[in-house]
Amino acid sequence: MKKVAVIGIGQTKFGEHWDKSLRDLSTEAGALAVHDANLNVKDIQAMYIGNMSAGRFVSQEHLSSLAADQSGLLPIPSTRCEAACASSALAFREAYLSILSGQYDIVVAAGAEKMTDIKGETAAAALMGAADQEWESAIGLTFVGLYALLTRAHMQKYGTTRDQLSLVSINNHRNGALNEKAQFPYEITKEQVLKSPMIADPLRLLDCSPITDGASAVILASEEAAKRFEKPVWIAGSGQASDALALHDRSSLTELNATKVAAKMAYEQAGLRPENIDFAEVHDCFSINEILAIEDLGFCEKGSGGKFVEDDKIARNGEKPINPTGGLKSIGHPVGATGVRQIADVVRQLRGDYGKLQVNKSDIGLALNIGGSGATAAVHILRRNL
Amino acid sequence: MTYKSSVPMFWRLQDSKYRLVGTRCSKCGAVFLPPRELCHKCKTRESVEKLVFSGRGEIVSYTIIRSAPEGFEKYIPYAVAIIKLDEGTNISGQIVGKNIENINIGSRVKPVFRRMFEDGDKGLIQYGLKFEIEK
Repeated sequence: MKKVAVIGIGQTKFGEHWDKSLRDLSTEAGALAVHDANLNVKDIQAMYIGNMSAGRFVSQEHLSSLAADQSGLLPIPSTRCEAACASSALAFREAYLSILSGQYDIVVAAGAEKMTDIKGETAAAALMGAADQEWESAIGLTFVGLYALLTRAHMQKYGTTRDQLSLVSINNHRNGALNEKAQFPYEITKEQVLKSPMIADPLRLLDCSPITDGASAVILASEEAAKRFEKPVWIAGSGQASDALALHDRSSLTELNATKVAAKMAYEQAGLRPENIDFAEVHDCFSINEILAIEDLGFCEKGSGGKFVEDDKIARNGEKPINPTGGLKSIGHPVGATGVRQIADVVRQLRGDYGKLQVNKSDIGLALNIGGSGATAAVHILRRNL
Repeated sequence: MTYKSSVPMFWRLQDSKYRLVGTRCSKCGAVFLPPRELCHKCKTRESVEKLVFSGRGEIVSYTIIRSAPEGFEKYIPYAVAIIKLDEGTNISGQIVGKNIENINIGSRVKPVFRRMFEDGDKGLIQYGLKFEIEK
């Protein structure tokens, strides 16, 4: 198969940006990526944009055109991808496939979300668009509620504990404290987690990723085009899978089958196994999802994710660093932006360029982006050298 | 919010929401609530027929919502569970009753007709089925 590289990355600070609109954040991320690549924008041939719900957050649709227009890239083809919180990993995969097809040499994949122009309850309701509108949202479920249902099932079946969940958030904040782009760049303690308000039993506020504004962009290049750029990082494997939209329609409440299928695709394409992965960016929208990710990606036996976290293997200087830059919990989760942000962070680690956040072993990295309560999963594996 | 204020949508869903009218596939026996027009196992529509569910089942997981989405604020805290219906499929539903702190995985439930929410002073009052733990 042809080789495709990421040759430029960019990310805005994530947080509550009262002074920046969706278009401001997107163009900022794009400009950072172009600058990082040292690329002439005229060479960009297509754009793929990930965004979940600009229609409900800021009443704006037709983002494909807005992005191309605001970036000064008219009249190139531009396409929006949507799969709830997995939107921009899909945009990245589509960008990758478009180069593999032979149609393009240089393509942008970006993700952005502007969530704070509306009140919290409205944002929570908009996020429930990622669930079954008629049978989950309509009966009063929230996203915290859906993941709380997964948490309780996991605790019941495998004995996962409250303390193990807390350690996920504590580790993410320990890393994020050093990340200048994070929304919450500070450490938290176990006591603070346990004192934080209960949102949906047993998940507390500090088990939950926040509402955030932000954007991220990466630039992909075919092997031939990548020769002109200084820091190519190679895509070794790409996988994507779907599962039942409603949590109650899944065949299991203690694993995310979409993750397993997408990971298998990516591992097979890359010719790699879970033990070959040096570090991973996973989708900790809620603390339980990091434990599920560790298990479903094959980093440990099913059911032992809690113990894996407890043994601190996930620390930045640990055996298998997970979310070494802070995860969704500390960096923030502008839903449509997270997928590409994870890829950008994996790329920067593989370049060996992450300063205080650098993991020791960084030849092969993995990014897992999940949509909704596990209805979509996208897994990407990148390598320093192919 | 479409599910709150769309009269046509609400009208379409009445049978399944009020009377638990679902479907089953006569070819493979799979049952569906909410109803599906297409059996995803057989990949056909022809074999799919109506099935009325009893609404009885057992709780497989539950949570208590303490921070509500828009429209549900006045009901917090309320319990929501995933229920394995006796006919063989799962559904999500609120659990009613005085003591929502005392719900257990494995508890048996039965359906009860309740008000789900009101769309403001002048909007639709939507009803539906919630679930009560059987003694």
